[in-house]
Amino acid sequence: MRKRAKDRLPGFLLVLPSIILIAIFVYWLIYRNVATSLDQTVTRATKRVLNPGGLANYSKLLGDGEYQHALFNLLVLTVVFVAGTMFFGLLWAVLLEKGVKGEGFFRSVYLLPMAISFIAAGVVWRWLLSPGVGEQAVGLNQLLAMMGLERFQNGWWQSPTQFSMAAMAIPAIWQLSGYVMALFLAGFRGISEDQREAARIDGASEWQLYRHVLFPQLSPIALSALIIIGHMSMKMFDLIYAIAGQNSYKASVPATLMWTQLFAQNNPTAAAVNATILLVLVAIVVVPYLIYTSKSEKGTH
Amino acid sequence: MATSTATATREAIPVRVTTGQAPGTEGTMTGRVIRYALIILFLVMVLMPLYVLIVTSFKHSANVTASEAWSLPRSLTIDGWQAAWKSLAPPLGRSLIMAVIAAILSSILGSLNGFVFARWRFPGATTIFTLFLFGMFIPYQAIMIPLQGMLIDVQSQPGMGWFDGIWKLIVVHTIFGIPICTLIFRNYYATALPNEILEAAKVDGAGMLRTYTSIVLPISAPGFVVTMIWQFTSAWNDFLFALFLTNRNNGPVTYALNELAGGQNPNYPQIMAGVLVASLPTLLVYILLGRYFIGGLMSGSVK
Repeated sequence: MRKRAKDRLPGFLLVLPSIILIAIFVYWLIYRNVATSLDQTVTRATKRVLNPGGLANYSKLLGDGEYQHALFNLLVLTVVFVAGTMFFGLLWAVLLEKGVKGEGFFRSVYLLPMAISFIAAGVVWRWLLSPGVGEQAVGLNQLLAMMGLERFQNGWWQSPTQFSMAAMAIPAIWQLSGYVMALFLAGFRGISEDQREAARIDGASEWQLYRHVLFPQLSPIALSALIIIGHMSMKMFDLIYAIAGQNSYKASVPATLMWTQLFAQNNPTAAAVNATILLVLVAIVVVPYLIYTSKSEKGTH
Repeated sequence: MATSTATATREAIPVRVTTGQAPGTEGTMTGRVIRYALIILFLVMVLMPLYVLIVTSFKHSANVTASEAWSLPRSLTIDGWQAAWKSLAPPLGRSLIMAVIAAILSSILGSLNGFVFARWRFPGATTIFTLFLFGMFIPYQAIMIPLQGMLIDVQSQPGMGWFDGIWKLIVVHTIFGIPICTLIFRNYYATALPNEILEAAKVDGAGMLRTYTSIVLPISAPGFVVTMIWQFTSAWNDFLFALFLTNRNNGPVTYALNELAGGQNPNYPQIMAGVLVASLPTLLVYILLGRYFIGGLMSGSVK
């Protein structure tokens, strides 16, 4: 049935307040931030050029060692965080998906960390990831000692290696694996029992059943999980701030460096450049996904 | 994303076809033992930080030495809880007001938008909806600097001095909650609202607002439960906006908790009890209404 313009206008008017709010608070503010990132600034006292202005601000930040260090940390964090949550999420879903007794209880417990804020979780994980070893060991290092695994004691995110940020992914994996599990469990539920039966009748082993029948059908969910977790990792701020404290160089990522640039270095222009690059990085991951979904939605209409 | 909603909806209906075996008896005996052993091992790993929080919160602060950190308290005390409550009570109240109001406001807007995007579409609706969704994924750092300035500008208008602390957070959480609430309601109405009923209402001459109030709103309770829980939890747990827009005198509980735990505060029972106090509302929501929380997760992440 073709609707006339008279019918359509009220719909637009009803959404209009939200359109205005989103236009101002998302798109106008993004524009303002980009504008700030292109400013030319000089230090007040010495008149030294702090930011050359224009796109040179971007090349300046990208060439900056501190920023590159933060980008590298982000890469390490993201790889471990995404791999860890996908691994545990899928494993837990496989363990629980076949009518385990008390499944609801286990599922709830695995999901429980999600209800806690990153800042609250960070407080306890800061203690768990204490770097002391041997006599000074507390937290996880002490637990390792109690289990006779002293040789695995380490400084966690404060280890003197360039990959120490991998340890910061541990609390993040703890918080979000349950979420990925819930996504995969919903995926398993969506596969009809007939397909399993058919595969079993054909003589498929359990492993073959998962490998060739079930897992391939989960790939759209795996993609969703990958994008959600990946973009969360890029935005991660609270947890790192709570565990490493403000202005930590060792654990800095672009999101926390932005805070340092703004308040410790008093350089809002550089902070705006950093934030704009972060937005672009997230957009590269999220926008194709949004377009793909809105296309596939249209297809089903 | 489309797949996941379909499956999430389906999850509510028990589709499991029995294979003639009772639950938990599939596979070989060894297989089952390994399965349960792994499940319990992971359970212990997940609960370990909570164990630390709970046992430490009931210890005397003098007894929280490194050697005893993992053991059960020798004698119980609620000193830590009292100290935590004393320092966190005012920000807890502020968080409660802030999260409840923001949750209500974004849910109302989300319901209106969701109805339009699902059933009363206008030209360009898909594009606008996608532009909304992008707002859900952006790193808030990318708007934080001008946002801070804009809100200070508003605050410095004559008569607007009160617009500070949680009032700023209410505005911000309401607005940044619109995309997710719209998404949840749109998906909900797309399945719960049959086109036939809307057509019938149209034939009866009901306009859009009339249709919304008399047909859509009465069936919206499940949607509101999900968005309210989701928005309450994310506003409650937020720290980034709190850090940039509030201070220790007018900020929410996440801000206060970070102050309490930061620095060199050696009172571990107080800190750990503080974590539990600050997390209690969201944990309660999760434990009592977990089913809906998971519903929000599903639609929140995926369409």
